[in-house]
Amino acid sequence: MRLTLRVWRQRNADTPGAMSTYDVDGISADMSFLEMLDTLNEDLILRGEDPVAFDHDCREGICGACSLVINGDAHGPERTTTCQLHMRSFHDGDTIDVEPWRASAFPVVKDLVVDRSAFDRVIQAGGYITAPTGAAPEAHASPVPKADADSAFEHAECIGCGACVAACPNGSAMLFTSAKVNHLNVLPQGSPERETRVLDMVAQMDAEGFGGCTLTGECATACPKGIPLPSISAMNKEWLRARRKAARG
Amino acid sequence: MAVSGLLMLGYLVAHVAGNLKVFFGPEEFNAYGHWLRVMGAPVLHHAWALWLVRIVLLAAVVAHAVCAYQLSRRDVRARPTAYVHRRRRASYATRTMRWGGIILALFIVWHILDLTTGTVHPGGFEEGKPYQNVVDTFSTWYGNVIYIVAMLAVGLHVRHGFWSAAQTLGVGNARRERLLRAAANTLALVLTAGFVSVPVAVMTGVVS
Amino acid sequence: MNSTGPTEYAAYTTGDPLADTKAPAGPVAERWDTRRFEAKLVNPANRRKHRIIVVGTGLAGGSAGATLAEQGYHVVQFCFQDSPRRAHSIAAQGGINAAKNYRNDGDSIHRLFYDTVKGGDFRARESNVHRLAQISVEIIDQCVAQGVPFAREYGGLLDTRSFGGVQVSRTFYARGQTGQQLLLGAYQALSRQIAAGNVEMHARTEMLDLVVVDGRARGIVARDLITGEISTHYADAVVLASGGYGNVFYLSTNAMNSNATAVWRAHRRGAYFANPCFTQIHPTCIPRTGDHQSKLTLMSESLRNDGRIWVPKAEGDTRPAAEIPEDERDYYLERIYPSFGNLVPRDIASRAAKNVCDEGRGVGPGGQGVYLDFADAIRRMGRRAVEERYGNLFDMYERITAENPYEVPMRIYPAVHYTMGGLWVDYDLQTTVPGLFAVGEANFSDHGANRLGASALMQGLADGYFVLPATINDYLARHPHAQPVTDEHPAVREVLAETEDRLNLLLAVDGDRTPDSFHRELGELMWEYCGMARTEAGLRTALARIPEIRREFWSRIKVPGTGEEFNQSLEKANRIVDYLELAELMCLDALHRAESCGGHFREESQTPDGEAARRDEEFSYAAAWEFGGTGGSPVLHKEDLAFEYVHPTQRSYA
Repeated sequence: MRLTLRVWRQRNADTPGAMSTYDVDGISADMSFLEMLDTLNEDLILRGEDPVAFDHDCREGICGACSLVINGDAHGPERTTTCQLHMRSFHDGDTIDVEPWRASAFPVVKDLVVDRSAFDRVIQAGGYITAPTGAAPEAHASPVPKADADSAFEHAECIGCGACVAACPNGSAMLFTSAKVNHLNVLPQGSPERETRVLDMVAQMDAEGFGGCTLTGECATACPKGIPLPSISAMNKEWLRARRKAARG
Repeated sequence: MAVSGLLMLGYLVAHVAGNLKVFFGPEEFNAYGHWLRVMGAPVLHHAWALWLVRIVLLAAVVAHAVCAYQLSRRDVRARPTAYVHRRRRASYATRTMRWGGIILALFIVWHILDLTTGTVHPGGFEEGKPYQNVVDTFSTWYGNVIYIVAMLAVGLHVRHGFWSAAQTLGVGNARRERLLRAAANTLALVLTAGFVSVPVAVMTGVVS
Repeated sequence: MNSTGPTEYAAYTTGDPLADTKAPAGPVAERWDTRRFEAKLVNPANRRKHRIIVVGTGLAGGSAGATLAEQGYHVVQFCFQDSPRRAHSIAAQGGINAAKNYRNDGDSIHRLFYDTVKGGDFRARESNVHRLAQISVEIIDQCVAQGVPFAREYGGLLDTRSFGGVQVSRTFYARGQTGQQLLLGAYQALSRQIAAGNVEMHARTEMLDLVVVDGRARGIVARDLITGEISTHYADAVVLASGGYGNVFYLSTNAMNSNATAVWRAHRRGAYFANPCFTQIHPTCIPRTGDHQSKLTLMSESLRNDGRIWVPKAEGDTRPAAEIPEDERDYYLERIYPSFGNLVPRDIASRAAKNVCDEGRGVGPGGQGVYLDFADAIRRMGRRAVEERYGNLFDMYERITAENPYEVPMRIYPAVHYTMGGLWVDYDLQTTVPGLFAVGEANFSDHGANRLGASALMQGLADGYFVLPATINDYLARHPHAQPVTDEHPAVREVLAETEDRLNLLLAVDGDRTPDSFHRELGELMWEYCGMARTEAGLRTALARIPEIRREFWSRIKVPGTGEEFNQSLEKANRIVDYLELAELMCLDALHRAESCGGHFREESQTPDGEAARRDEEFSYAAAWEFGGTGGSPVLHKEDLAFEYVHPTQRSYA
């Protein structure tokens, strides 16, 4: 098929960007969206132009590197990561807009590549369980009810891609933060740091310049791993609980 | 936002219940209006309870507006560059929270000037005769338009606001999701229908 | 030294034999304790003064960085990804083995040790493998304490399943995302140390060379991938946790950016490279759909439990699967291996698929695929049961291929998956360059010629959490006062100049071929001649061709842009430079090892019924290669393998 791409081109963080138009031809329906961009880049290189920079790595939907907004949708029209989106979701002659994640907490590095280190700092603020190597008790010492283990897993599936932030009209990172808070706080192992974890992670999230949550639900709709919207409520509950506890001293 | 919003929501529920007394005739409605002023008597002085409610409400409105302003500022800062390709997203109620809020704020000003102080009231505003005042307002076309539009905005605002407040307060979870959605929809519907029934009744002559 | 390599292709010479001087003698079960006791310790107060560089943040690197920092060392860590959480360990699906014996099904440390040595086709060290089995137990405890959400049973205890053809249920898992969950555990532990200031993390920074001063590894040269700035970093020891080199083949299940630069540059600076020809080819991957294919996706091996593998009996039969009657189908695994059927080990299943496709009986586009058919399973168990067991895999297959595997058989084909070879390390995980350590897939240590399923995660975490943090103390304690190194040191200036020259040359050629076109060409050559089945003639062809591709690369490569910016083409081209050298060593190693073992199948060395025939008398050693210059003659150092506990036998699955 033949497509018209309108791609956000931006040389680096300090230069303003704009949309550029490219025609691509000979696109197979079996190609992934990223392979279609590979095809474009091969052409651009041979024509002596700068290929389009985009983040990608595992190309099987788990590393969370790929991060394109396609026709206004984070990761495009299917509920999956960009790397698992195939060209059969488009039609011959389509015009496709490709943009980077847009959030002040995710500054553009180049073209479609953004800096998501803010997520790392949110995790560093408390998204862990303090368990130095060697200090662990026998794994069966504390059984975990299956429901809790399943709930922890459901939240631990987050791949940190940032689609939630990209899709949120407010650029909020509540779904990302709540996924980690809920993963760890539901487990007995995570219980001792339950309060400091949620307070510190939320404080860091705010400090990074993410927007506030107005519960639009766009994050959960865009999430390729299906982190559910009620996670946000669960985190709010943890946060209020921690604040109350802190107030009591 | 959740706490101030819920306070106002509680007020609206009481307000709509009171409004519906209009269907029982001028005496009962006016008596209700009078009771609001003597509420708490004889322990409290005349209208003290009412003023207390007004003060709490005013605080809630101010808090709600300030929070909304700060939140909006923060959200705008969080996305300095807009997407080139814009798409309709989220539900109508969700998307209209900000404009709906502004419409409601303007409405409240008009509503107070109209039926509390009588400053912009059409016809002769009479203190202590709320029934007649209501009928006067809804006998003008613009009174009806302003009121009905605002009440639709109330419905939309409450629909997302109530559910959203529950999430903010950490009450939401997967099991309660349907219950909370249903409660939000019901509240929105009952409030809007209740409020709108009054101008409709005046227009159709049921209340005159 | 005596010359043994034929001269018409890259010759090699044989050097002195190599010995692992660190593994203690004595009963195998006590060796790890003995070594830990004998290893010198660093006073906790002195640890802060030691800097350790860790390259890579996967299971091995992430766990090593976190643990070394917890011990008080100052860790300087690097990853080329934008976040340490994205290392490719994240993509591992199946699970992690541990000899917990929670099932009471006869498992033990000794059995895991035995299975791993045998599974590796007797080309791994007994001492290392036994240590791995011992530590496996501690890994599960450690990960549970970190909050890794392993699958659990209703009683709240950990669930296990059987995996990789062993007879016990020792594989712990987190649905199909075990690697992700274990990696996030390590990443979170690392994050805690970053926040505490004990780890200095450099993301989007790629190691381009190793700094060796006075015979010891003292630092690295790295490039900031955003600004293009080349920088030097110094330390008292360098740990490479940079993963495997499967991307030499262009198409593999590795991530697109996984690369061999760190290990290959270390090799060029003196670290021996062991068993480079030992690559694992996984039988159940989704076939390629065309030339645009950029990577291959694995489908869990568990599908072979219920799916039946077949191809048409006739060559060139292009009818849809449903129109091919039962008696015109060849269920070749069931036919050739009646007792194991579709459950033969990975290498055998892969080779059989290649054979039927070579006969022209492959299915799908290009004839590079075989059917994995669930029709019988659906008839037997019902669609619902199949859905419960494999639903998520079927969904993934459908998303990629747009075919519904409940209605038409899946198509699968083998793909490069893991590399058992890597930098040669001793029992302490130290390479032949003092102060340079290699952990995880980057080293060659534990899997011999074939890795068992669910063992990669185990090895990565064993190395990072437990082995390296114990053994690196010994090195640091014995070299306590390293002289500070600066950029003015002649050795550093030389490395820096070489790196800059290489990048500048890549940019300056301005030819007419893209980096990908060379990578693809090399990959196809390697897949053809150094893939599932290898012959002397084929390997000689490859060895003749690779230097030609290399020459062509340096005259026709086109890399747009500059070195002082975010330039993904430059990153790619620079990695291909190293693939073009490593590929040659892989072929040479495959040629010199004139036996079949594990993932290395030499057609000349097979049993009458077509199975891999090991030649223990001649090849019971690890081949550690010393760099001999680009296109020059490498030197082979043999490390003899002794088997005191598990006696070599020939595998049979018929």
